[in-house]
Amino acid sequence: MPAIARDDSSIFGRWWWTVDRWTLLGIGVLMAFGMMLIFAASPPVAERIGLDPLHFVRRQSIVLFPSIIVLLFVSMLTVRGVRRLSAIAFGGAIALMVLTLLIGPEIKGAQRWVVISGLSVQPSEFVKPAFAIIAAWIFASRRLGADIPGYWMSAGLYAAVMALLLMQPDVGQAIVISVIWFSQWFLAGLPMIWVGLFCVLGFVACIGAYLLFPHVANRIDRFLNLSAGDTYQVDRAMEAFLNGGLLGRGPGHGTVKVYIPDAHADFILAVAGEEFGLIACLFIVLLFAAILVRGFSRILHDSNLFVVLAATGLLLQFGLQALINMASTINLMPTKGMTLPFISYGGSSLLALAFGMGALLALTRKRVGGQE
Amino acid sequence: MLGRLRRGRRTIRPRRHIKPAFAQPCTPIRRDERNDVALETGRTRLLISGTVLILGFAVVGVRLVNIALFQDALEPRAAHAPHASELRMGRADIVDRNGEILATTLQTASLFANPRKILDADEAAHLLVSTLPGLREAEIAAKLKSNRGFVWLKRNLSPRQQWDIIKLGIPGVEFQSAETRVYPHGPLAAHVLGYVDIDNKGLAGVEKSFDTALRSNAAPIALTMDVRLQHLLRIELMAAMSTHRAIGATGIILDARHGDVMAMTSLPDFDPNAQGRASDNQRFNRATLGVYELGSTFKIFTTAMALDYGVVSMEDGYDATKPIRVSRFTIRDYHAKKRWLSVPEIFMYSSNIGSAKMARDVGGDAQREFLSQLGLLSPAPIELPEVGTPLTPKPWRPINTMTIGYGHGLAVSPLQLAVGVSSVVNGGILNRPTLIHRQPESEASNPPPRGDRVMSEETSQDLRRLMRLVVAKGTGGKAAAPGYLVGGKTGTAEKARRQGYNRRSLISSFVGAFPMTDPRYVVLVVLDEPQGTTKTHGFATGGWVAAPVVSRIVEHAAPLLGVGPTDEQAPAVLRQLDIELKPEGRRLASY
Repeated sequence: MPAIARDDSSIFGRWWWTVDRWTLLGIGVLMAFGMMLIFAASPPVAERIGLDPLHFVRRQSIVLFPSIIVLLFVSMLTVRGVRRLSAIAFGGAIALMVLTLLIGPEIKGAQRWVVISGLSVQPSEFVKPAFAIIAAWIFASRRLGADIPGYWMSAGLYAAVMALLLMQPDVGQAIVISVIWFSQWFLAGLPMIWVGLFCVLGFVACIGAYLLFPHVANRIDRFLNLSAGDTYQVDRAMEAFLNGGLLGRGPGHGTVKVYIPDAHADFILAVAGEEFGLIACLFIVLLFAAILVRGFSRILHDSNLFVVLAATGLLLQFGLQALINMASTINLMPTKGMTLPFISYGGSSLLALAFGMGALLALTRKRVGGQE
Repeated sequence: MLGRLRRGRRTIRPRRHIKPAFAQPCTPIRRDERNDVALETGRTRLLISGTVLILGFAVVGVRLVNIALFQDALEPRAAHAPHASELRMGRADIVDRNGEILATTLQTASLFANPRKILDADEAAHLLVSTLPGLREAEIAAKLKSNRGFVWLKRNLSPRQQWDIIKLGIPGVEFQSAETRVYPHGPLAAHVLGYVDIDNKGLAGVEKSFDTALRSNAAPIALTMDVRLQHLLRIELMAAMSTHRAIGATGIILDARHGDVMAMTSLPDFDPNAQGRASDNQRFNRATLGVYELGSTFKIFTTAMALDYGVVSMEDGYDATKPIRVSRFTIRDYHAKKRWLSVPEIFMYSSNIGSAKMARDVGGDAQREFLSQLGLLSPAPIELPEVGTPLTPKPWRPINTMTIGYGHGLAVSPLQLAVGVSSVVNGGILNRPTLIHRQPESEASNPPPRGDRVMSEETSQDLRRLMRLVVAKGTGGKAAAPGYLVGGKTGTAEKARRQGYNRRSLISSFVGAFPMTDPRYVVLVVLDEPQGTTKTHGFATGGWVAAPVVSRIVEHAAPLLGVGPTDEQAPAVLRQLDIELKPEGRRLASY
C-alpha cells in the first residue's frame, strides 16, 4: 500500500501503520471464503424450508457490510475507548438477554433470540467479547494492586452471565464463556492448586449439564453410542467430506450437502469439504491457526496486563469457537450450536465477531509507551 | 477465600532480564515491579494456553485428512447392522390352546400426501379414488389442495392396494408403514381377547392384562380357550338369544378338574378389529364383569353345604306344605308340591321352601364361610381386567341366609358360579380359574397348583347324584344329551328392580356337568330376559330355555373334548348315580 506514507499522521495513517495488517488480511479472507460457502450451502436449505433460494445469501450480505464497518471502527479505538465501548455493549447485551427470557420466541426449545425492529438478534453472541474485556479489566486492576474486590466482582458478573445463559438454555455459549473466563484468571495468576480445583469443578459442571438438560444428554449419548439415536447430520457431514476427497467436486457440484439441514450454519465446513476438498478445509484450519499464532505473538510482546488479558480472552473466544465447530462437524465431539467464525451464516454471530476482532486489533496495535 | 489468592505470587519467579520496552519513568517503581511480575506469569501461561489451542487445531487437521482421504474412518459405522435380537416384530400373538391364532400383528401401509408437492390435485384425487373406491373424490381433492405439508388419505392398505397406488406414480403421495392388530376370528372371543387402541396399547381383556408381556415378548401367549368350543358356544347362545328374544346371554365351558376356561362368551358382542364402533352394552363382559342373582342354581351350594356340615343327610327332608313368612317376605315354591319333601326331592323339584329351611338350619356364619371358601364372596381370580365384585347383603341377616339358600340376595358373576359348581362336582377341590394355557411339557417340571379342598368327597358324590337326578327326572330334563350323562341344575331368577322383583324379566340359567360318573367339564348357560315361545308353552324358565342349549353344546362338544358316550343304563352307572327319593319310615319320623 504505497498510497499511505509512513509519516502520514492522519487517524487512518496512524491506524494503518500500527494495526496488525496480517490479522486483518486473515479476517478478510475468512469473510470472503464464508460468503462464497454460503452461496454454495444455503440455497438447498432455503428451498427446503420454502424460502427464496438466495434468502440466506442476501441476508448475510446485508450484515456483511456493517460488520466490516464495525470491525474497522472498533479497531481504530484506543485501549480506553475499547474498554468504554465494551462496558456499554456488556450492559446492553445483558439487558437484551433478560428481555429475551421475557419476550423472546421459543425456537427449537430455547429462547435465544430477541426481535428488534424486524431484526432478530442473539444477544448472547455480544456478551462473549464484551464480557472477556470487562473481566480482563477487573483482573488486571486487581492484579496491579487496585483496591477493589476484583475476584469477587468478576465472579459475580460471571455468575450473572451464566445464569442468563443457562436459563435460555444455551450450554454451548456457557462453556465457551467459562473457558475464556477461567483462562483469563489463569493468566492473571490463579494459583496452581486453584487451577486443579477449577478443572475438577468444570468437569462436575459438565456432568451436571448432562443430567440437567435433556438436549445436552441426548447429544452426548448420540456421540458416545454410534448406533443409538439420530446421528443423521453428522453422518451426512462425514459423507460430504468423503465425497469431496482431496480436491473437491467443484463449486456447485456437491450432492451430499443438500441433505444436511444446517449446511449453511454449523455444518458449513462439510460443504467446503465436499465442494472444495480437503485442501480448502486445511487452508481454513491453517488460516484460523495463523490468526491465533499471530495474535498470541503480538500479545506476548505487549507490556500492558489489561491488554494481555483482554486480547487473550478475545483471541481464545475466536479460536475456541472455530475449534468446537470444526471438531463437532468432523465428529470429534458432540454437536454444539456454535458457528464457524466469519464463515457460517448468522448475523448476530458475524457482527459480534467483528466487534470482538475489531477490539483485538485495537488492543494489539503498536502503542508508544504506556499510552492507553 | 479468594482474598488469599494473592499469595499465589509465591509460585512466580520474576525474571529481571526482560524489561518492559516502554516503561514510563514517572510510574512508581512498586507498580512497575508488580506489572513485570504479573506480565511474566501471564506470558508463561499464555504460551501454555496457546499451545493447547493450536494442538487442538492440529488434531482437527489430522482428522480432516483421515476422513476425506481414508474411507476406513467410516467403516465401523457402515458395517453396523442391527443384531437379530434387536429386531422387534411388534406385539406378540395370542393363540388358543391348539396354537390357532386369535390375535396377531400385521405390517400395513398407510397412505398420506404432501399437498405442496402435488402437481394436479384433481387428477391425483381422480386416480386415487379409481384405485381405492372407498374414498370420496371431492374430499380427497380438497385435502390435496390444502396448504398443509401432511394429510392422511387412508390407513391400513393391503399390499395389493399399496402396489396399485405405487403404479399410479403420483408425486407427493407416500406411505408410512405401521403395525395393525388383527383378530382373524372377528368377534368370536372378543371379551376374552379385549382390544387395543391405535397405538397398539391394550385397553381391555387379555390385551390389557398382559400388555407388558405382549409388548416385550416375541413368544405368543397361549390361552386355555379352544376356538372350536368357543364357536360352538357362541352360535348356540346366539340361536337361543334370537329364539327367545333375550337382551343378552353368556356361556362358559370350564375344565372341572383344572380350572381351565375352555370357552367363554358374552352376547351381544363386538368385532375387536373395529372396536371403536362397539357400544358399551356390546363391550360389557357379562361372564366376568356382570354380577347377577342366579337363583336356584345356588341350591347346589346350599345342599352341598348342609350335607357337608352334617346338618341334613340324604334321607332327611323338610315340610314344604306352606310358604314361609318371615317379617314382610313370603317364600313360595314355583313347582309347589305342598307336602313333606326329602332332600333329593327338594333339589329335584327346586323347592325354595326346603332350601331356605336348609340354609336357616346351617346358619348365617357357616353359610358365609362355606360360600367364601368357594370363592363366591370375592371377585373371581381370572386374568382379565374386567372382573365384577359380588354384591353381598350388609348386614347378613337370617332372612338373607334363607333367600341366599335359593339364590336370591347375593349377586355373583357367571364365572364364579361355574367355578363353584366345578369344585362341587370334581370331588371337592376348588381350582383357580385360568385363561393361560400351561404347555404339557412344562407341566411335568412345573405342576399346576393343587386347589384347596372345600368339601368331602362323599358330599361331592352325593351332589353328582342329585344333579344327575335333576336331568334324569326333574326340572332339567331338557339338558339331557344321550350317552353323556349330563347332570345339572336349573335356575330362574326374577331380576331385581327398584322395589322388589320383576316377575316378567328373568335371568334363566342352567349349569351342567358331564359325564356325572366323573365330571370333566362344567357348562353354564345364562339368558338375560328371555321370552317364552309356543314351543316352550310360554315358559321362559331355565329348564325350558337354557337347559336345551346345554344339551346341544354337550352333544357337540363331548366328541371334540374326547369324552366318549357311555351306556346310561349300565348297572355300574346306575348303581353309582342311583338315589332313593322317599326313604321309607323317615317321613313320619321327621314330622
